[in-house]
This record gives sequence, structure tokens and C-alpha cells, in this order.
Amino acid sequence: MRIFDPHIHMTSRTTDDYEAMYAAGVRAVVEPAFWLGQPRTGVSSYLDYFDAITGWERFRASQFGIRHHAAIALNPKEANDPRCREVLPELGRYLRRESVVAVGETGYDSMTPEEDEVLETHLDLAKRHGLPVVVHTPHRDKKHGTQRTLDVVANSGIAPELVVLDHLNEVTVDLVAERGCWMGFSIYPDTKMDPQRMVAILQRLGTERMLVNSAADWGRSDPLLTAETGRAMLDAGFGAAQVDGVLWENPVAFYGQSGRLDVTPLPGFELGGDAELFEGNSILRGAAAMPAEAEATAGAS
Amino acid sequence: MISMHESTTARAGGPGGRGGVAASLARAGAPAIVVADELETRYRSGDTEERIQVLGVLDRIVEEQAAPDLVRAVGIDLVRDALRTNDPRLVAAAMGPFAGRHLGDHDWRHGVVKLVFMGVPLAGVARLHERADDELARMAEDLAEEREAAGRPIPDDLRALLPAPAAAGSDASLEKGR
Repeated sequence: MRIFDPHIHMTSRTTDDYEAMYAAGVRAVVEPAFWLGQPRTGVSSYLDYFDAITGWERFRASQFGIRHHAAIALNPKEANDPRCREVLPELGRYLRRESVVAVGETGYDSMTPEEDEVLETHLDLAKRHGLPVVVHTPHRDKKHGTQRTLDVVANSGIAPELVVLDHLNEVTVDLVAERGCWMGFSIYPDTKMDPQRMVAILQRLGTERMLVNSAADWGRSDPLLTAETGRAMLDAGFGAAQVDGVLWENPVAFYGQSGRLDVTPLPGFELGGDAELFEGNSILRGAAAMPAEAEATAGAS
Repeated sequence: MISMHESTTARAGGPGGRGGVAASLARAGAPAIVVADELETRYRSGDTEERIQVLGVLDRIVEEQAAPDLVRAVGIDLVRDALRTNDPRLVAAAMGPFAGRHLGDHDWRHGVVKLVFMGVPLAGVARLHERADDELARMAEDLAEEREAAGRPIPDDLRALLPAPAAAGSDASLEKGR
């Protein structure tokens, strides 16, 4: 089983996690910018954080055979603090980095006017930079928040296939399915979704545009629940290709829209799963935006 | 999960009080701008216990002001800051008497539901029954729907926020109520 965790906060995790993730088949992750539990109070701590997730964390992951990319945004909670909103003019230079494959995570926390404005700004940035967007749906008042998010996305004019609404559940998934956005699910030990509930949603709605992540962070969470969801899919009768579709091909397709995604095996490590080549393709997507040497190394078609 | 007892213990003056925020701020006759500045400085530079103390004295300090607007505005900023944290002690302290009296309806409802998420008993939320309105009941109902769809239990505090017909009975009547 090869796994691409499309939403995980590795700065909050240990090297033991990286080792266990590699052993479970994880070969690629995307780390969306988020908050630290303790609210930030200014721009400089944000910039250090962005540098960490596009630099040091990327290197740390590579030591364990895991490709690491980032998504950059001002998170919804801190969008309410005027001291943090000053980071918005700084986002552009990060969104041009080769390691950044999306804007995110943005969206709603308390659904304030400030959050409306920042979400609209992020969607506009995504359009201008040609990047996908990871949109967090709120913990509180989730159904209402999801509906409002979809309306803001529609009004922004961004293509729905460039947007994933994350942390969905049984109550909110159908709203998103009918709008053409990607559907993200965070599998948690005891909140959000669990592997069996995830399988039930996949049985009901299919595997198209579905992204499964661990959203592991500093809270109670488990970076191996993506693998467990894959096993639960197999136990429920899904085929290996469908599991690969959800846990690898789908996130590759979604973030590949950035033109920057590189999921080739790191030197000295193997891809995992059934084959180095999948359907004769080296899986390097978006070769046009890749540096020439990387393209030559990967031998992409 | 944390009990309200723990948070009120911290609010009443645990370690790190540096002589007591309340005593310091209660100096009679200090101009509003001085009081507001001191509240903000105490909160921003304080550790969690000191922040809880500041949140705990806001209501009384504002009551003592002849012209309370400035101090109240600072208090609302500090409460909103505390409500953005992930520390249940701070969130619980933020939803005390000051928030009960002065925090806007939207933020106040989100504070209540956040405490439900955190497993903090709502017994410590000031003016809960007085301020609970139809919109809070709708938010509670949506949350209960999610919990049911997930096969997770509905806490008593959440059940108590539900619209009246559904709140009256068991799980079965809850389903019927929707």
C-alpha cells in the first residue's frame, strides 16, 4: 500500500512517527499551514513557521524517505487577530516556492466578517498563482459553515476542481459532492471521522474526488490512520486499485494541479506499493513547472 | 476534560499572580486608559494562570468604571483572544460574567459550543439560560445531528441546549423531534 497523506502537521510529530509512517507505506505528505494551539501574536512568528514547513520540515521528512510539500495561508482562527492579518501581503512570495503546492488551510473557524474577508483573499491568491486550495470546514456550526464556504467558493469564480473542503463528515459531504469540489476527510482516533465511517461514505458515494488524511497534529491524532482506512477498505471488499486511487492517485491528481508536485522516490528509498511505475507512468506530475534536472532525473513522459 | 473547579481555582488566584491582578487593578480612581492598558499588558505578558486571573476580574473592573467603554472594549478583545486558544481553562475563564454581560451574541454562542466540544461543563457559563436563544439551539441541533450520524453520544450539556421539543426526552424522541 502506498500512501500520500494530503493533510498532516508534521512539525508537531516526532521522528518515530516518520519511521512508522514510512513502514506503513507513506511516501508523500502535504503540510498545510495552521495554528500552534497557542495563538500567534505577529507576523514574524508566521514567517519563521512558513520557512520551517517549506525548509527544515521538508528536509526532515526526506531523511525518512517521505516527500514533503506545503500549503501556505493565514489560518482561520488567527484571521481574527489584526496583528496576524498583516501576514497576508507576505503570502505571495511563499506561494511562488517550488515546495508549495496549495493555498491552505483557509476557511472558517467562528464565521466572522474577518474570516469572510481572509477566505476571499486566499481564493483570489489561489487563482492568481494557479494553485489548489485546502479549505478547513469549522468544528462548530459545521453544516452552516460548509454551506457558506461553498457559496464563497462559487462567488470567487475559482474552478471547483481546484478546491478541497476538508474535515467533512456524513452530514456535510453531500453538500460538497454536488458542487464538484474535492472532498477531504480527517480520520481521527475519536472525533471527526473513523476508518469504518469513512468506508461507509466511500461505499455510498464512490472514490472519485475523495481525499483521506490523518490531519495529525499536536492533539490526539494518529498518522497511521490513513493506512488503517486502506485496510478497512480492503476488508469491506474494495479492490487494491480503489485503495490506491483514494490513498495515492487522488492526492497526486489534486495537488498535481499546482504543476509542482514531485512524488518520485527519494534517493535510497523505494516507492512502496505494488510497483515503482504505475500504469507505465513515473508519477511525476506537472513536469512543465519542474526544474530541468529534476525532470531529467525522473524521466517523466 | 477539565472541571470548572480547576478553572475557578486558577481564576481565584493560583501561582504566578505577582501580588494579585485584582488588587493591582482595583486601585480606586485610576483613569480608564491606565486600567485598560494594565489589563492588556497583564494579559499579554502573563502566563496562563495570570491570563485566567485577568479574565476573572474583567467584569468587576468594568463595573467600577465611571466611563466603561474603553475598558469594556479591551476586555472584549482579551476574551476573543482567549476563545481562540485550545486551552480549556482559558476558554472556560473567558465565558465568565464579563462575557455573559458584554460579549456579542455571535461570539458568545461560539464560546458555548466550543466548551461543549472541549467537554467543559457549561455550569460555569455566566447567564447561560438567560442568553440561550433560538440560534444557539439551532447550532446545538446541528451538532447533535453530526454526533448521531457518527454514532457518538450526545452529552447532557448539549442535550440541554437543544430546542424544547427535542430536549424533553430520550434519544428516540430526539430523532423524532427532527
